Amino acid sequence: MASKVIHAIYNDDDILMNAVKAVRNEHYHIEEVYTPFPVHGLDKAMGLADTRIAITSFLYGLVGLSVAIVMMNYIMIEDWPQNIGGKPSFSYIENMPAFVPIMFELTVFFAAHLMVITFYMRSKLWPFKKAENPDVRTTDDHFLMAIDAGNNDIEKVSKFLVATGAIEISLIENDDEH
Amino acid sequence: MYTLPNKLKVFAIVFMVVGAIGMISGFLFAPSTTEEVKEMMAGHHEEGHGDTHSMEADTHGEGHGDVKEEAHGGEDAHYEHVLHQMQNRPWSALYIASFFFFMIALGVLAFYAIQYAAQAGWSPVLFRVMEGITAYLPVASVILFVLLLLSAFHVNHIFHWMDPELVNPESDHYDELIAGKSGFLNVPFFLIRAAIFLAGWNLYRYFSRKNSIADDTAEDNRYYKKNFKISAGFLVFFIVTESIMSWDWIMSFDPHWFSTLFGWYVFAGMMVCAVTVIALVTIVLKSQGYLEYVNDSHIHDLAKFMFGFSIFWTYLWFSQFMLIWYADIPEEVTYFVTRIEDYKIPFFGMLAMNFIFPVLLLMNSDYKRMNWFVVMTGIVILLGHYVDVFNMVMPATVGTSWFIGLPEIGSMLFFFGLFVLVVFTALTKAPLLAKNNPLIKESKHFHY
Repeated sequence: MASKVIHAIYNDDDILMNAVKAVRNEHYHIEEVYTPFPVHGLDKAMGLADTRIAITSFLYGLVGLSVAIVMMNYIMIEDWPQNIGGKPSFSYIENMPAFVPIMFELTVFFAAHLMVITFYMRSKLWPFKKAENPDVRTTDDHFLMAIDAGNNDIEKVSKFLVATGAIEISLIENDDEH
Repeated sequence: MYTLPNKLKVFAIVFMVVGAIGMISGFLFAPSTTEEVKEMMAGHHEEGHGDTHSMEADTHGEGHGDVKEEAHGGEDAHYEHVLHQMQNRPWSALYIASFFFFMIALGVLAFYAIQYAAQAGWSPVLFRVMEGITAYLPVASVILFVLLLLSAFHVNHIFHWMDPELVNPESDHYDELIAGKSGFLNVPFFLIRAAIFLAGWNLYRYFSRKNSIADDTAEDNRYYKKNFKISAGFLVFFIVTESIMSWDWIMSFDPHWFSTLFGWYVFAGMMVCAVTVIALVTIVLKSQGYLEYVNDSHIHDLAKFMFGFSIFWTYLWFSQFMLIWYADIPEEVTYFVTRIEDYKIPFFGMLAMNFIFPVLLLMNSDYKRMNWFVVMTGIVILLGHYVDVFNMVMPATVGTSWFIGLPEIGSMLFFFGLFVLVVFTALTKAPLLAKNNPLIKESKHFHY
């Protein structure tokens, strides 16, 4: 089924923010907003659900911490017991201060890398993927709001969008994706 | 304008009175002769209860963990040694509590200067709160300087190195290490430094407050610019003098021991406490219906600082600990050996309170906006940092004869009452909004 999408282009992030709020007040459905840089508070204005990446980050950190503990215990205590700092106790807990930097680093390493990979997977990004942005100007200095035209009167919606400060409005019919 | 609620005033005065009673009884109960020490210890053994603590700790603390040269062995020498420790205890307790609240006021002053120098846009709605807290600085400076003077004139002996016998080559007690440091660590220079530091900090506090009040009625940004300049100057002065202050007023309790990052370590603890107190005072004022422009994003930012500085403090604590632990050089490692053997509970308890607790509680972004969460974590952080100062001072002054009892709790209550009284009285002196600050609009609209 073909769906109609209205693309409204703005050239200022403040105007865009106010427009997003106004559009949502009118109960039009915003499909996506494309911006050249992260606009602070846009996710809240669009009513997007809170990100859960922080939770995954915490869990990945715990994984990293566990890996560090198991790894150092195997390498330095079990497999080839080391005399650490002149204290040949051969006990993990007594030599723990020496392992704290590694535990810390691997916690951060796992949290950071796995979080990025999670983000890529969740956003369906991979190498050589074709860019999805509908207008190249959104990578430079323009902001694009894609509104689902639905059964609304296109004329009326367009006028409303112009009133919110849009500098350019176009109607896109795409019948492949939806 | 803020008016001081009568309840709060009574509350503060009750704390001061109860605290003063505790403090004075601490001084009265301290033994004055070795006979009394023997009696107290004997009485303790007959009773056999664990609650008279200080002796109990001593029975197994004998013969180790003491860096002072007095431990020659021999029973009389031992009793005399314990006597000195027990006489030091109420003084140390007083000193710790007085330093703890002093450090909060000084930390807030530094934080305030950073806000000005960085031209921070989020914080100007909190400036008057910070100024209110730093009003405690002059009071605390006088008290602390008097305490240092009392030590310098040998009214008490908490600063071991001040004993002139130690630097006298003729004496039996001659201590080569302390004598070697006497070019820097001698009483007159020590007092001169203290006077310069305190004067410098109080001058900045005086002028920044004056300019900030003048800014309310000014027509241009003249006073704001002045404050910007003196804040930048103050920060340079502060970071040097704070470091030397921490050697003088804390590290010199263990005159044989040294750590090059000690100044930073004290600074980190100071900043955590300072930000925590700003958050707590803000929440108290907010709950009384003041500070209409402070929203939960401001609290969120303060809580982020509490979280961040807690980790920073732990980082420095660990940096200091790990290098000494790894190298295992006798003259350095005694510091931690004493603390781990004789102060196990406060030493490790402090790490839980100052690191694990705030990290786990304040990690979640939503919790940083909940006032009761911030208050609860804040109280634990403040108590934890009191224990931190306790751990820095007590092992050197009272050794194994330590306990958190009447003198310690009394001193804390007294200074807490005084702090609350001075801070909240100062808050009534000026409008709670620095309305002409050029960044005030940004601060009012600040949201995360």
